[in-house]
Amino acid sequence: MINFNRVASVLALGMCFMAPQAMAAGGGVHLEPANIEHDNAASLRRGARNFMNYCSGCHSAKYVRFNTIGKALDLSEEQLIDNLMFNAEKTFETIQSAMPADDAADWYGTAPPDMSLMARSKGVDYVYNFLKGFYIAEDSPTGVDNRVLAGTSMPHVLWELQGYQEAIFVEHVEHEGTDKETRTEVLEGFELLSAGSMDAEEYDEFVRDTVNFLAYIAEPIRSDRRKLGVWVLMFLIFFFVLAAQLKKAIWKDVK
Amino acid sequence: MSRIEAEVGKPQGGFMKWIDDRFPFTKTMEHHVTKYYASKNFNWWFVFGVLAFVVLILQLVTGIFLTMNYKPAAAEAFASVEYIMRDVEWGWLIRYMHSTGASFFFIVVYLHMFRAMLYGSYKKPRELIWLIGMMIFLVLMAEGFAGYLLPWGQMSYWGAQVIISLFGAIPVVGDALVEIIRGDYSISDITLNRFFALHVIVLPLALIGLVFVHIVALHEVGSNNPDGIDIKKHKGPDGIPLDGVPFHPHHTSKDLVGIIVFLMIFCGVVFFAPDMGGLFLEHANFEPANMTATPEHIAPVWYYTPYYAILRAVPDKLWGFILFVLAVALPIFLPWLDRCRVKSIRYRGWMYKTALSIFVVTFIALGWLGLQAATPTYVMLARFFSVLYFAFFLLMPFYTAMDKTKPVPDRVVYHD
Repeated sequence: MINFNRVASVLALGMCFMAPQAMAAGGGVHLEPANIEHDNAASLRRGARNFMNYCSGCHSAKYVRFNTIGKALDLSEEQLIDNLMFNAEKTFETIQSAMPADDAADWYGTAPPDMSLMARSKGVDYVYNFLKGFYIAEDSPTGVDNRVLAGTSMPHVLWELQGYQEAIFVEHVEHEGTDKETRTEVLEGFELLSAGSMDAEEYDEFVRDTVNFLAYIAEPIRSDRRKLGVWVLMFLIFFFVLAAQLKKAIWKDVK
Repeated sequence: MSRIEAEVGKPQGGFMKWIDDRFPFTKTMEHHVTKYYASKNFNWWFVFGVLAFVVLILQLVTGIFLTMNYKPAAAEAFASVEYIMRDVEWGWLIRYMHSTGASFFFIVVYLHMFRAMLYGSYKKPRELIWLIGMMIFLVLMAEGFAGYLLPWGQMSYWGAQVIISLFGAIPVVGDALVEIIRGDYSISDITLNRFFALHVIVLPLALIGLVFVHIVALHEVGSNNPDGIDIKKHKGPDGIPLDGVPFHPHHTSKDLVGIIVFLMIFCGVVFFAPDMGGLFLEHANFEPANMTATPEHIAPVWYYTPYYAILRAVPDKLWGFILFVLAVALPIFLPWLDRCRVKSIRYRGWMYKTALSIFVVTFIALGWLGLQAATPTYVMLARFFSVLYFAFFLLMPFYTAMDKTKPVPDRVVYHD
């Protein structure tokens, strides 16, 4: 005598407490969705290659072990050592940056952050838009600024691939003609000044793969927990049927 | 006749008698389990007490395993949590169960409290059960707060900074009090260490003790029911309430079904959405605590936000703090604020039904507002709902006394 309507109403009420929270990690900047494919092994492998080639010189991922990556990406020990481990000896080591943190702070003003959890703390969309958001800014020491993180001290490391783009600003006027009139420069879009070795689509794929890898290292267990979760829920459904029968049998004389 | 057949029918004695002569085992089991009679017409609102108990056990067990690998030191705490998540066998599962369990503890306890408001469970003779329950709730809030500092992420650090500094608003002793809580001039390694002690020893001990007393008090007066009537008024010749069924096996078998449904939802979150979109594990908490950089937007975890919204709605710091404390404490007085003659909402009039519905909307709205950045519009809305929140309690003696009630039946009825 399980009243499913009532159970459902209880659950619905419970869910009300979990109204999704609007989290704008980009500080109000519109973020294009990264649309990564979490379980696409080929994309993850390319992302691992991209990360080790272009990022790991400056950015560590100090909680991530090579052998964990190897297992998840189905790479042999030789493949790991030959392709990903540039400054590590043993496969149980974690990804350390080659750059001393103190020097990095001197050179850039701030040490490049660790990448282990970046995709989780800022979100994949943020990282995706950040890597695509560099534009020429003459007065910046690195020659570039970023749409997502204004004033970033990170240079456009991927310029060889993407090329350099220029930002197009449009003046946005509010309360025109009144004494509250404000004029702000709003970024409209980008225009490619000098082409890189990749076209826009290839670069987009490159960034997407890299972000996918970052999402993976932020929570290496993600794919396993989802697979296990299916079995757990199937067991609970089976257990539910048994328990419901038991309850029915015990209550059959209660009117 | 074989030896086994000869044993059958022998008077019970032996081992159980030996125990019972020395310890009231059978007596206790009968009093609390096999001969504890509760109404047969419980609906699913009555499952949340058992669920709160289940979550308590979950938190205790997973907590024990977490302490085996967690390091309560500012320099190591964050890394040790990542170590648990990545390198400890099944560490991720234990940690997700514990973090999800914290949120579910509050969901279940809020619904358990709401059940009491639906069916007048706090009214005579259960006032003391309600008071003990409110103490459990307060300890639970402290427990959650202390636990949230332990991962030593940005939100751990800055959330604690904001909430502890609230005590600074108290005149004269405020600043000294803040220092005593932190044990330092800012939140530091020392704070983390003492919060760890509170979270794993002091507060759980208090919780277990209070839960024990909560149940002893309940079993003395008996459980309420959806009709809010006393089932002990009609007993059979054997002295058993006619509308009662024993806790075991009847209610236990029914609760088991509820527990499984609960576990389905719980596991759904643990395995498929452990961050719950930033609600259960806040995004900024995946960055280690940094005392030189504040996160863009500091909000406490969702289960405190209804009260936090009230705090922010008040322009004055001291009055904000007072109303915050009052908002948490006011439900304590429900048994005396509620002047209605009947317990259950089934037999109450439109006034209480309306007031309670508005209260539910108010509570959820405040919870949502507490999560948002304090823009002028949201602060105005929070003020509006804060007034409604306090009005629900402060006007209760009037509208519950004036409310027209329906006749309460003599025996329990099923409503489906």
